[in-house]
Amino acid sequence: MISFRKLRIRQSTQEEWAGWLFASPWIIGFAIFTLGPMLFSLAMSLTNYDLFTWKWVGLLNYERMFTIDDLVLRSLGVTLRYALLSVPLHLLCGFCLALMLNQKIRGLSIWRTVFYLPSVLSGVSVIVLWVLVLNPEFGLLNSILANFGIKGPNWLGDPNIALYSLVMMSLWGVGSSMLIYLAGLQGISSELYDAAKVDGANDLQQLFNVTIPMMSPVIFFNLVLGIIGSLQTFDTAFIATGGGPAYSTYFYMLHLFSKAFLELKMGYASAMAWLLFIVIMLLTLVVFRFGAAWVFYEETFKKDKKAKGA
Amino acid sequence: MAASTTQPDSSSWQRLFRYLRRNSIQNTLKMGFIYFMLTLTALVISIPLVWMVSTSFKESSQVFTWPIEWLPNPFRWQNYPEALTSRPFGTWTLNSITIAAMSVLGHCLSATLVGFAFARLRWRGRDVLFLVMLSALMLPQEVTLIPQFLIFRQLGWVNSLLPLFVPTFFGGAFNIFIMRQFMVMLPRELDDAARIDGCNYFQILTYIIAPQVFPAVGFIAINTFRNRWNDFFHPLIYLNDPKLFTLALGLRTFRGEYAIEWGYLMAASLAVILPVLVMFFFTQRYFIQGMVFTGVKG
Repeated sequence: MISFRKLRIRQSTQEEWAGWLFASPWIIGFAIFTLGPMLFSLAMSLTNYDLFTWKWVGLLNYERMFTIDDLVLRSLGVTLRYALLSVPLHLLCGFCLALMLNQKIRGLSIWRTVFYLPSVLSGVSVIVLWVLVLNPEFGLLNSILANFGIKGPNWLGDPNIALYSLVMMSLWGVGSSMLIYLAGLQGISSELYDAAKVDGANDLQQLFNVTIPMMSPVIFFNLVLGIIGSLQTFDTAFIATGGGPAYSTYFYMLHLFSKAFLELKMGYASAMAWLLFIVIMLLTLVVFRFGAAWVFYEETFKKDKKAKGA
Repeated sequence: MAASTTQPDSSSWQRLFRYLRRNSIQNTLKMGFIYFMLTLTALVISIPLVWMVSTSFKESSQVFTWPIEWLPNPFRWQNYPEALTSRPFGTWTLNSITIAAMSVLGHCLSATLVGFAFARLRWRGRDVLFLVMLSALMLPQEVTLIPQFLIFRQLGWVNSLLPLFVPTFFGGAFNIFIMRQFMVMLPRELDDAARIDGCNYFQILTYIIAPQVFPAVGFIAINTFRNRWNDFFHPLIYLNDPKLFTLALGLRTFRGEYAIEWGYLMAASLAVILPVLVMFFFTQRYFIQGMVFTGVKG
């Protein structure tokens, strides 16, 4: 009995050590590449560090962002407008495509591959492709429009349109959210639909009373990730428009990049990074707040029911 | 005479009616609408790609003709060798492959080790650290971007490939999370049986657990490869010397010229995405499985 207990103790201390050992790459990495840098960047945002000299400036960087440097708020506005457009559109299009593919369609895997393909190919090549497609004179889109007698706009060159063109470009990659919604839809048990049909619910009622509530956790998850991702947009604008014309696609990350790596104002750029971080956290918080009201978690519901029954 | 001609007619009407009763008009319309919309979307999605392929075989005079010549005549395959030799594409490809391959190795190794610790071992502090990792998942990268750059600069690693793959050996929260979720689902008895047979923890991982989570390793490998191959931002920050450029970065050097040679530009772009495309078609199953797993169960 005693030896058995000893064995258990030995095993558990061994396991303790093994746990820390196996997790050590991440723990060390987290300290070096995440936690340390976060504290470092917070401290740096209070200085005017420029790779050569540094001086403590207190909250001056933060003050400047809202007073002297009007590009900060402007680029933040562009970024938020982009997020406000692209996130709901991605959600809507992805969800609708998934709904259609979930209707006992023939050749499901072929449709799925075609729709998903563009999101695999993200990157510079695709952006370059779109720059040519959207070329005002010889681009594919305007050539097609011209064939119908419509004179297409200067998609990336008109400050009133450029941001919407970028949203359109991003929608080309809607396949990845479609895929996730489709998997979610396939996971809803058919009993729920049968029950709804017995109660005389039509397609639309089934959609709003069965499908959407059951899908709400998946939608929520994608919403949060979508917001975080879209606020960090950089590549598309940097390559396709360079932030122009007239700063109409000048995203926050472009400004941060130019402050940090072109002007080498590391302290100021750190302060900018923290402002973006705060904005992202606030938005996530708001989404979580609203999420609590409409997201339906099956497990918690079942648990509640059990608790009430007992 | 008249009766005999109307006879087959009415029976086919009846058949149509029966068909319609079975699949109500509404349903037929609905499916028709769905197929229509799907076809339309598929066209919108694939036409730019087809156009890209077709343009890559054109000379500049053919690019600007209407109607679009989908099958270019003359067929200028020389665009490919000419575009690819106009820049040091060989070196760039090697750089991209180095970064991608090392990152795949780094992420697969670290995710397996750390995922094992979080999923199969009991140790104090595990649950707290797991929560920390989950919140790190949502942490936007820009807060750590500048300090990381300064660290690598201090190490003298700026303008080398090292900053682009060394961090992967310390694990990424997302990959560890996926690995942990896969490992948690395996039955506990596996470990216990192996322990009774005298395996240590490392042996349990390599002989028992790792072979079971092959789909997760596959997904992490494919996803890492794609992300690193397409990554533009980090190479942009860390690499200044054109000899060290990755393909994604090198492609941008065409930017000034694209008004002149669209054929070259499209040929080079296609050459750059080709590896990802080929990989996708061969590993689609893992890819889609993994995407679904992270999205729905995450």
